[in-house]
Amino acid sequence: MEDVLRYLVIFALQSAAVYAVAASGLVVTYTTTGVFNFAHGAIGMIIAFSFWQLSSSAAWDLPVLPSLLFCLFVLGPAIGWLLDRVLMSRLGGASTITTIVATIGLLVALVSIAGIVWPQSQVRRVPDFFEGESITLLDVNVSYHRIIALVAAIAVAIGLRALLFNTRLGTAMRAVVDSPDLTALNGANPRRIGSVSWMLGCSLAGLAGILIAPELPAFTPVALTLLVIQAYAAAMVGRLRSLPLTFLGALILAEIENGLALAQAKEWAGSFSPSLGDLAAAAPVLMLLIVLVVIREDRAALRPERFGFKVPRPSVASVAVSMAALVFVAAVVSVTGVFAVGTMNELGKGLALGIVMLSLVLLTGWAGQVSLAQLGLAGVAALAVWKLGPVTGLVVGVVATAVVGAIVALPALRMRSLYLALTTMAFALLLERVVYGENALVESFQPFASGNARADRIPGLEGDTAFFVFLAVVFGLVAVGLTVIRNGHFGRRLAAMKDSPAACATLGLDLTVTKLQVFALSAAIAGLGGGLLAMWKVTSVGRTDFALLEGTLPGLPLVLVAVIGGITSVTGAVVGALLFVCMPLIGSRVPALKDLMNLAPGLAGIGLSKNPDGAVLQVAEAIEEARAARADVDPLAAPERLGTDGDGTPGRITADEAALLDDELGLSWHR
Amino acid sequence: MGDSGLPPVGDPGLASVGDPVPAPVLELRGVRASYGRIEVLHGVDLSVARGSVVALLGPNGAGKTTTLGVISGQLPPTAGDVYLAGRRVTGAASDALAGVGLCTVPEGRGVFRTLTVRENLRMATYRGVRLAEVEERAYGLFPRLGERRHQLAGTMSGGEQQMLSLARALVTDPEVLLLDELSMGLAPMIVDDLYQRVRAVAEQGVSVLVVEQFARTVLGVADVAAIMSTGRITSVGSPSAIESELSDAYLGAS
Repeated sequence: MEDVLRYLVIFALQSAAVYAVAASGLVVTYTTTGVFNFAHGAIGMIIAFSFWQLSSSAAWDLPVLPSLLFCLFVLGPAIGWLLDRVLMSRLGGASTITTIVATIGLLVALVSIAGIVWPQSQVRRVPDFFEGESITLLDVNVSYHRIIALVAAIAVAIGLRALLFNTRLGTAMRAVVDSPDLTALNGANPRRIGSVSWMLGCSLAGLAGILIAPELPAFTPVALTLLVIQAYAAAMVGRLRSLPLTFLGALILAEIENGLALAQAKEWAGSFSPSLGDLAAAAPVLMLLIVLVVIREDRAALRPERFGFKVPRPSVASVAVSMAALVFVAAVVSVTGVFAVGTMNELGKGLALGIVMLSLVLLTGWAGQVSLAQLGLAGVAALAVWKLGPVTGLVVGVVATAVVGAIVALPALRMRSLYLALTTMAFALLLERVVYGENALVESFQPFASGNARADRIPGLEGDTAFFVFLAVVFGLVAVGLTVIRNGHFGRRLAAMKDSPAACATLGLDLTVTKLQVFALSAAIAGLGGGLLAMWKVTSVGRTDFALLEGTLPGLPLVLVAVIGGITSVTGAVVGALLFVCMPLIGSRVPALKDLMNLAPGLAGIGLSKNPDGAVLQVAEAIEEARAARADVDPLAAPERLGTDGDGTPGRITADEAALLDDELGLSWHR
Repeated sequence: MGDSGLPPVGDPGLASVGDPVPAPVLELRGVRASYGRIEVLHGVDLSVARGSVVALLGPNGAGKTTTLGVISGQLPPTAGDVYLAGRRVTGAASDALAGVGLCTVPEGRGVFRTLTVRENLRMATYRGVRLAEVEERAYGLFPRLGERRHQLAGTMSGGEQQMLSLARALVTDPEVLLLDELSMGLAPMIVDDLYQRVRAVAEQGVSVLVVEQFARTVLGVADVAAIMSTGRITSVGSPSAIESELSDAYLGAS
């Protein structure tokens, strides 16, 4: 009985309190600014580490209370204000995917900054408030820290309720969500209100980070950042809107986690009991997934979303020529041995990961479906290659990844980009924790979990030189194949689905089948990349190659770099892949640049908030404009003259102009 | 009002000495505006005198709502200027303009649907009037709103929402009132009632610019009417003179 009380009342209430504080910060910023902050956990992490820096006896050893007040009432609001000024003000009216990329960029940048400022070589610990002191409640010892957490959550709940419903500022914060324009027409400044929301949200993230830090098994940036999953899950119960339901979500999650921990401690599940602990670790991800799948978004999938990217339509011939050039360069580099072995290792990884990025070009760039799970999915094929051998493994792996990709797509059939991003992120973490993780459910996956799996190469391609060229050939073939798809019937269907799902549905296009097809195909390509990556590495293949945030080349920065390269073109994937492997490579060769290279993907992701088209398209446009300027032709002038008689007065659209428009829009009317 | 966030006083020569006509409270000079690369206003000139009701009429897509958008600070013009009581306010933010007495009732029920009636009225306090006073005046103008003060605005009927929208604008003593398609989707009786109230506030000195697609009702309360077509004002005159031109403007005859 005492244990039941301890786990299901005392422990659960304290966890629920912390999750509720974190989630309420997330909900406040989302409902008042419309930006879902993927970096919410990372901001809490930075504030918690700052608190450690200020108050820990191993650091500056300042008194706890002033340090806490400084973190919550100065640092948190300052970070919020800065974020609003530097990042969020540029996101006004941006597409959902741009805000997703920008806030993930912030997450990655903050994790990198924490890694630089607080190197992980040192073990840190944040002590409880009033460490060692406790009171006895119902025969259970309850630490002061837990009581403080609970009181803080209650205070936050009451405070937020009073702010949002009983003050003019709170009314305006809710009014901004309803209509920012109307709010401004009433004389309130939506920008200033947004600033206040960010300041409040960041302080709440900091409070949650500081309260949870002593409870963590490891006080590390990634562990603390990923605690945001609990906040996501709780906030999703409230559909990112309702604070009372968010608090309920936090309580349910805490009860599940602690219930599983209790069952494990009591060995209620017999020989399966140890696995319950792993299930407890995966509980927030599972709950997030379930809530996202169950949640009803009425007709959301048919609502068109603004998509911030321009989509070029290169000819198959031009891509084939570029890819032939890539294969030629790869062959020359490989045969001549111009680079050191270490560099070649990284370049090979780049080619394999480039194939994973190509899967994103298809899925996100062309079909408008966000996925943060591509690298995680790639791990499925790597597992298959390790277990079943190179040829069978690759075939089975690619098919299995396609199937898993289609399963991920099922909830996506009616989801908006934000929920899709969250679902795929949760799925990637689920794979990482339950399938690839150190406590993997399948015991024989242990070598993969610890990064000691070994993958053989395809017979005949065992040598590094041959396999490197093979990687380039596969990359080239996938790129050309995708371009054929882009220029064909399926490509036009994808473009149409992205532009207006409702219009497609009314024209008889089966959105369900199209989405399933594109998810499965994209996952299969990612799987191909993952299988080949395992073969290229040969040894030490494992979880960290396919993790979301850990390892040298993790999944979230991969998405960022793919977008930086240019997510709408296959050449963008080449640039992205090169950047992805070269940044750590440069960092390892030039120590002075190491920190900058670690920070680069995150910072570039943040920078994309203003220029979401990526490097390749921007360079291509700059070249096109320069060419037009030389020829004294305004590249933008032609479409404007359509339908006018040259002097701006309305006229008829000529047959030539119609053909030009058709070509521009990819239509085929057979006039 | 304190710091209004507006640009400094600009061209003071709006009304030259001895000018028999009072200086317009609101004036647009050669205003051009674009959505992206497409220009939709091609040089709009318009003025609204103190205490008068000006009706801006025209077919769909003429640029009426865009003109209001430029005046209320929602869309910066690409050329030309907007003057409010002789001050150049071109490009000023909506909230700053609202703070100095420019009040807009936007197209399609300008209410916060997820806020209650009382909370909607609380938003009017950003223009410097206390909540108690706002409530007293609003419920005096439209007693129905008092009965529904705790109801969510989005759950009220179209006419009640329009009352709320108008009440929020009227209770803060605006200098200039911009009304966009007040009649949209409402029964003719309600529209008549709302426009009678608009006439009444104009007689108290408020300058009103009304944009309407359905012209007949508004012509009954307007002092001046203007027809807009393809981004230009094509004629200005008395309501009776303009009424005779309406069918040409709407049906595109030359």
